[in-house]
Amino acid sequence: MVHVSMAVNGRPASADVDSRTLLVQFLRENLRLTGTHVGCDTSQCGACVVHVDGRAIKSCTVLAASCEGAQVTTIEGLATGGKLHPMQQAFQDNHGLQCGFCTPGMIMASVDLVNRLGPSLDEATIRHGLEGNICRCTGYHNIVKSIVQGAREMGAAATPQAAE
Amino acid sequence: MGVTALGASVKRTEDIRFITGKGHYVDDVNRHGQAFACFLRSPHAHATIDRIDFSAALKAPGVVAVFTGDDIAADKVGGLICGWMIHSKDGSPMKAGAHPALAQGKVRYVGDHVAVVIADTYAQARDAAEKIEVQYTELPAVADTASAAKSGQAQIHDAAPGNTVYNWHLGDKAATDAAFAAAKHVTKLDLVNNRLIPNPMEPRAAVGDYDSGTDTITLYTTSQNPHVARLVLSAFIGLAPEHKLRVIAPDVGGGFGSKIFIYAEETVCAWAAKKIDRPVKWTSDRTEAFLSDAHGRDHVTHAELALDAGGKITGLRVHTIANLGAYLSTFASSVPTYLYGTLLSGQYNIPNIYCEVDAVYTNTAPVDAYRGAGRPEAAFVIERMVEVAARETGRDPAEFRRTNFVTAFPHQTPVIMAYDAGDFPKALDKALALADYKGLPARKAASAAKGKLRGIGISAYIEACGIAPSAAVGSLGAGVGLWESAEVRVNPIGTVEVLTGSHSHGQGHETTFAQLVSSRLGIPMENVSIVHGDTDKVQMGMGTYGSRSGAVGMSAIFKALDKIEAKAKKVAGHCLEASEGDIEFKDGKFTVKGTDKSIDFGSVALQAYVAHKFNGQELEPGLKESAFWDPTNFTFPAGVHICELEIDPQTGAVTIDRWTAVDDFGKLINPMIVEGQVHGGIAQGVGQALLEGAHYDNDGQLLTASFMDYCMPRADNLPSFKIETIETVCPSNPLGIKGCGEAGAIASPPAVINALTDALGHEEVAMPATPQVVWRAAQKTMMKRAAE
Repeated sequence: MVHVSMAVNGRPASADVDSRTLLVQFLRENLRLTGTHVGCDTSQCGACVVHVDGRAIKSCTVLAASCEGAQVTTIEGLATGGKLHPMQQAFQDNHGLQCGFCTPGMIMASVDLVNRLGPSLDEATIRHGLEGNICRCTGYHNIVKSIVQGAREMGAAATPQAAE
Repeated sequence: MGVTALGASVKRTEDIRFITGKGHYVDDVNRHGQAFACFLRSPHAHATIDRIDFSAALKAPGVVAVFTGDDIAADKVGGLICGWMIHSKDGSPMKAGAHPALAQGKVRYVGDHVAVVIADTYAQARDAAEKIEVQYTELPAVADTASAAKSGQAQIHDAAPGNTVYNWHLGDKAATDAAFAAAKHVTKLDLVNNRLIPNPMEPRAAVGDYDSGTDTITLYTTSQNPHVARLVLSAFIGLAPEHKLRVIAPDVGGGFGSKIFIYAEETVCAWAAKKIDRPVKWTSDRTEAFLSDAHGRDHVTHAELALDAGGKITGLRVHTIANLGAYLSTFASSVPTYLYGTLLSGQYNIPNIYCEVDAVYTNTAPVDAYRGAGRPEAAFVIERMVEVAARETGRDPAEFRRTNFVTAFPHQTPVIMAYDAGDFPKALDKALALADYKGLPARKAASAAKGKLRGIGISAYIEACGIAPSAAVGSLGAGVGLWESAEVRVNPIGTVEVLTGSHSHGQGHETTFAQLVSSRLGIPMENVSIVHGDTDKVQMGMGTYGSRSGAVGMSAIFKALDKIEAKAKKVAGHCLEASEGDIEFKDGKFTVKGTDKSIDFGSVALQAYVAHKFNGQELEPGLKESAFWDPTNFTFPAGVHICELEIDPQTGAVTIDRWTAVDDFGKLINPMIVEGQVHGGIAQGVGQALLEGAHYDNDGQLLTASFMDYCMPRADNLPSFKIETIETVCPSNPLGIKGCGEAGAIASPPAVINALTDALGHEEVAMPATPQVVWRAAQKTMMKRAAE
């Protein structure tokens, strides 16, 4: 067992966990933050993307213990003050989701994409930027539209950082 | 807070919980005191189990129990079933081997279930499973579809000699042979419809929970049809009677067919929960999903098309070998028969069709319905055949199709289906215009100037949805009726709950079904809740697959709303002191004809419950109605998809330059959602054509068992799509809708392959046309051109 402590969505979180516990297991099982999903075991699908210290990571591939002291943001922490993050709103506005399972990871990865590359993203950049996330429902058409809108509105709000 | 009309692209109400991480999927369910299951799976494709020693596993930390097939059999829990009886052409019933939830004496595919370990944590269960010692005697494996029934192959089930489940046929052989004898031209093709793995992003999961106080089992499961799951687990597997078995399918993260079926894992979790009197949870990892989710497609086909001198199709002859895997999954037998052979006429007037299907067992995962289920296979056959026939006879593929289109409705095909409505030339014209078909030669020349090969491919598909008239499918061997149920509960303040037997796992029913209620009752969508996925709440249902929830599920709601309106008019009549026949209902208001006396819907609801204005003996208080809708026919979505692509012959890379689709889904409830369904279907079809293929080696080892080995379509494999619709109203349901969930997956594979072969100038390219496959095919093209 190891003791881990980190800040998740701005709140302190700590527990004694099996040393092999993955960050996604810590989030889902210890904190019951079940918005972060597990869609594969090989870091391919991106359903588990969260932000650690401001960067998107696949939480199925990092040990909870290695996030000691980190600032973690999950999909549950993206909306602030009862208002959806512009990227969340964009996914609804553009029908960027169907079953919703890949959506939390997709949104977290999209926010990171804008944080890294800025709010003016062309379609090819977005499509390439999504190579670490798989969606089986939407054919990506509306996800791309969502990210175009979300990026633009993140730029307009001049708050390129997520809620970290 | 207005009324939402049918046909409005209103945003989805369910999205809020999904985009904020508040969805509630089965793996999010945690019951007090739950234990975790890990399945020990066979590493061999075909072997006898000589001995299982799990004594070390039982002593491992946290282990609660280890069970094998003997334990389940001792409890008289039955095996998994196939719910559709197919008869061979000699009249004999299909030959099905037993399908135990945990293997008994023999394993038949890699991933077959040998034992289950239940422990306090999943990690403990998994660690302990590694301590089980199984002594196997390996047997020769049968993995190849085409040769599975050949003599000398290992026998997989004693009940099915020659590994043959059935030799089925459909159509008039003599008449078709005569058409070929008289033909001016015959086109022949060998086609492989590649095996696919559905891969919804949410892996399957199950939580069994037993309440010893009431002797009731509750099963949370990733199901597209929880009532069918309850029916099968109760009536056939014998876990518990239906009133003691509750099945809950909460938010489900995609299905595409693979979550229709009743699997070993959920059966074992529900059974074991009672056995150990503790909740038992299992969540598939992705490799388990690859190994044990039912796969799709896997046909090997030879087809022949007969033409007369004028280019009219006079006959189609098809022989298909369909791989059903190691066991018959829940609806496996129906997919390559009544969901396939019946659609071989495509959009064309073909007077003679004869189809034979040999279904075989192999040492591979069970194969069952995957998005489209039989219809993509049929569309691939007919759309490849007409394309090649046009090319061989020097005709324009678009015009050749037009020459042969069905233009008068209803149209009885020679393969059971009676098409009820459509306008095939209109969809073709619109698609050709949108795709700038006329401008293709210039674009081809521009590509050629860059050293690229450009091609265009048309797919004029038709499918049968709205599955299905119960008596009709019963006569074809279905074990269930395929109606749908609905209950509309109006609350005293005028809000409404709709309980539906349909199940949403991405389709947006909470929005579209609420649109129907809003438009019909004149109340805001916010005042409507759609309840589904719980057998304790919804009395009965057949679930969601076969693009049936609009045409069948919403028709049941429509019928229940008819009853609500009729009852409410009676109540309104009493309130307005007018006879029921004089009451009109419009825009949420009941009005006495020709007067300004009116009462709104909410007030009528309240009056229905307080029952002060009428005699409760003559008119029952309350406002709640239910209905079952049994379809009168299948529905027939149809359309034209056009793929235009460019090949780099140096690398084999394929770039889809533009995708045009014109679909006829009848009336649309929410065009935004319809388009989304088409997008997703196209992506899966492009995946089949270019990227995805489940590959077993000769020993029956699955070589594509992770996302690193099985190529899922990603954002940069696809273009944005140009999607439009035309509308012919479906005459067989009150809403005039046809269904849209599978169309894209049905239409797209032949569009891609027709485009690839157009670009290549020859027909020798198989699915999935990976860069390697395309590079080889392109070398042939370049050598041929160099020689010319």
